[in-house]
Amino acid sequence: MGDEQLLQNDVIVTRKAELESWLVRATQTAVNWGRKYSLFGYPFVTACCAMEYMAVNSPRYDLAQFGAEYPRFSPRQADLLWIVGTISQKQAPILRRVYEQMCDPKWVIAFGVCASTGGFYDNYTTVQGADQVIPVDVYIPGCPPRPEQVLDGLRLLQDKIQREHGRLVGTR
Amino acid sequence: MSHIVLERLRRKFGDAILDTHSQHGNDTALVEPTKLSQIAEFLRDDRELQFDLPIDCTAVDYLGKRDVRFEVVYHLCSTKRRHRLRLKVQVTEADPSCPSLTAVWPGMNWHEREAWDLYGIRFTGHPNLKRVLMYEEFVGHPLRKDYPIDRRQPLIEMRPVAQVPTQKHPPAELLNKP
Repeated sequence: MGDEQLLQNDVIVTRKAELESWLVRATQTAVNWGRKYSLFGYPFVTACCAMEYMAVNSPRYDLAQFGAEYPRFSPRQADLLWIVGTISQKQAPILRRVYEQMCDPKWVIAFGVCASTGGFYDNYTTVQGADQVIPVDVYIPGCPPRPEQVLDGLRLLQDKIQREHGRLVGTR
Repeated sequence: MSHIVLERLRRKFGDAILDTHSQHGNDTALVEPTKLSQIAEFLRDDRELQFDLPIDCTAVDYLGKRDVRFEVVYHLCSTKRRHRLRLKVQVTEADPSCPSLTAVWPGMNWHEREAWDLYGIRFTGHPNLKRVLMYEEFVGHPLRKDYPIDRRQPLIEMRPVAQVPTQKHPPAELLNKP
């Protein structure tokens, strides 16, 4: 039922419906809490931003403290796709394939300005932003971004995951 | 020391060496394309020169600046005699072909493929003249000055460019209803 219909019609909420919706909300909140602190990242690393990705993963900045510790090198075991670096036209089909291999629910972070918009590579060989190939949840600017910026981007994604609804099961 | 190479080239090939200069110690020779292979073999085999290391092969597009549009540039190095040399060959737009030096230095193989890929210089006698950087589906040669700077040739269909998701508001007349 759409918002318009809800506003047009008087809606009668029974105690049973209220209880059910409360149960769904509570379950969703709990599931979202679990999801946002157990992100398994797949690093799709194509360029120099990789250095900064390693810095974020290493003990000084410690990605693990936010629950996104473990990079999985198979997209089938990951639910967070890090696009780290420039996406060339040659890479675009590979990126889409990797994304399609990941199981739902899945999220995507564009790491650095090249992955977000193509950066200063406005030329014949570069895709002008990974979002032309697959949907992206969080964009982290910077060339390369500071580790603090990356952690901020990760927290943004976690907030987004916590706010999600209607994704208890199934696809987005 | 720096003039030894150009001196020997001039003495051996005479008219086939169209122009030479050695600015800041960079020996450069503009040579006749038909004699290029012989010159290359001489440079490699001569006891005084022994150019054994092919550094680079690339091209320059002088569109609208010169009568002859392309120039193929070879950079050579002699690790035994400590010489460096830059060879240039002029190539016309109508027939952008140039003899391949892969037979003389196998290391020229990929450099020539790159010049073919990005500038469209056909190296005659090259064993495997395919694109090396761009994909096979790519049409044209992107570093030519007349390649449009904003032409994209995506391999897969692109999604529409980043649309900011708009908030779903009910229409205003519904909101104002008492």
